Amino acid sequence: MTDVVVAGIGQIPVGDHYSLSLRSMGVQALNKALHDSGDLKPDALYIGNLLGSTLSHQANLGALFTDYARLGHIEAYTTEAAGASGAAALRVAYLAILSGYADTVAVLGVEKWSDVTREEADALLSQELDYDYEAIPGLNSAGEAGLLMQRYLYEYNLPKDALAGFPIQAHANALNNPNALLRKSLTAETYASAPMLSDPLNLYDGAAYADGAAALILTRRELLPKNFPHPIVRLLGSSVSVDALSLHDRRDPLAFNAVKTAVESAALQAGIMPVYTDVFELDDSFSIYAALTLEACGFAEKGTAWQMARDGLLAPGAKLPAMTMGGCKARGNPIGAKGVYQAVEAVQQLRGAAGPNQVKNARIALTLALGGPASTAIAHVFDRVETR
Amino acid sequence: MENPRHWRLNKQRYALVGEVCPHCEAKIFPPRDVCPECGGEAKNRFGFSGKGKVFSYTIMRDAPAGYEHNTPYTVAIVALDEGPMVTAQLTDLGSEKVEIGMPVEMVTRKIREDVEKKGMIIYGYKFRPVMQG
Repeated sequence: MTDVVVAGIGQIPVGDHYSLSLRSMGVQALNKALHDSGDLKPDALYIGNLLGSTLSHQANLGALFTDYARLGHIEAYTTEAAGASGAAALRVAYLAILSGYADTVAVLGVEKWSDVTREEADALLSQELDYDYEAIPGLNSAGEAGLLMQRYLYEYNLPKDALAGFPIQAHANALNNPNALLRKSLTAETYASAPMLSDPLNLYDGAAYADGAAALILTRRELLPKNFPHPIVRLLGSSVSVDALSLHDRRDPLAFNAVKTAVESAALQAGIMPVYTDVFELDDSFSIYAALTLEACGFAEKGTAWQMARDGLLAPGAKLPAMTMGGCKARGNPIGAKGVYQAVEAVQQLRGAAGPNQVKNARIALTLALGGPASTAIAHVFDRVETR
Repeated sequence: MENPRHWRLNKQRYALVGEVCPHCEAKIFPPRDVCPECGGEAKNRFGFSGKGKVFSYTIMRDAPAGYEHNTPYTVAIVALDEGPMVTAQLTDLGSEKVEIGMPVEMVTRKIREDVEKKGMIIYGYKFRPVMQG
């Protein structure tokens, strides 16, 4: 079977880019990734995006981005899987190469958030939920996370600051990421005194949404340019799993079954056990999602994942380095672009190009993007090829 | 304006009308015509009692457009006595502290303001604490 490798990565800082349009953000990220790949020529482009057609009144992104990035009239279209849209685009790209249909594929994750008021944007983002039966009663994404967190604290009899370790770790990591939205540290005291967003979920338990664009160029290993300057990173496994759309339709809403299935399946394809991963770019859109993810994957017993964060086990030099460039919480949450940012960060780690947050000798990286509260979960496994 | 979209859900919103599976007796809300328990066809209507218990709850302080006039408000997942769970606002709380396991019952209330200023106010189910005694 052909080796699918990540030849190029590109990203713009996550932020409120009032002066940049959806299209200019996407083109910037694509150009960076193409340049990083040694100017490979993609024969397909897949785009991860959620809000373009509502917030920006712009659909048909395949035609838009191939035109503005001068990629020619290649195959191009959008994949939508809510917050996992970018990861879905990566999976389509992987399958296109594995199938033999394409040789070199560009993946773009792009989201424009800051063009409307926060309340308007939030109402549009509620598309992630069951609109008729969750959003209409008045719930939003933070509210879903609040419901899960309340139940979690109740079942395991935990104090309301139990999850503080996740945002504290994320903020510490973002200090060293020039592309992060929030480059400032967070203390336990600040966390404990933060205003509530959706009780018991406070302001620091929810990642800030922002604009972003990140891109990847995938190709077959044998098509890499001569004198390719980077260590070679392969994509070894890819899996999508889903759960009931509504939290109320799940037998155990704290189980995050889609996460378990997606991670186990991607790891199986890659021929590894999830515990052997050196870097885990998980989805901490909300602190409780990070906790439930670690428990679903078997990294922690039920009701105990918060201790891993509290005890520093998720730090870059520790047992399971996670959110290494700040995670959603502090890098920022660019929604449909999130999954591509995670992949870019995983490749930075495996290339040894992650700067002060470099995980020593990182060889295997796992990424996990969620659409809603693990209504959709998409996992990817990457490794660095050992060269002599 | 999305009149048909809201009109066709009236039976669910005003009266918690779901379905009962003729094969395995499972009660289903909202109606989906295929039983999520046994996979059989399930089109027989079933009116829920509207009684249940709080499975979890959250207080919404930062609401999406259309709900901001009502903040803070409490949204709960309610486990209905007949089995299924629903997401709904809690109302008529007064000074009562919400707790997981608290018995609640359905009432009809205004759900959303007229977001587009076109005369479209949405009514539907909320749940209130069961009167004690």
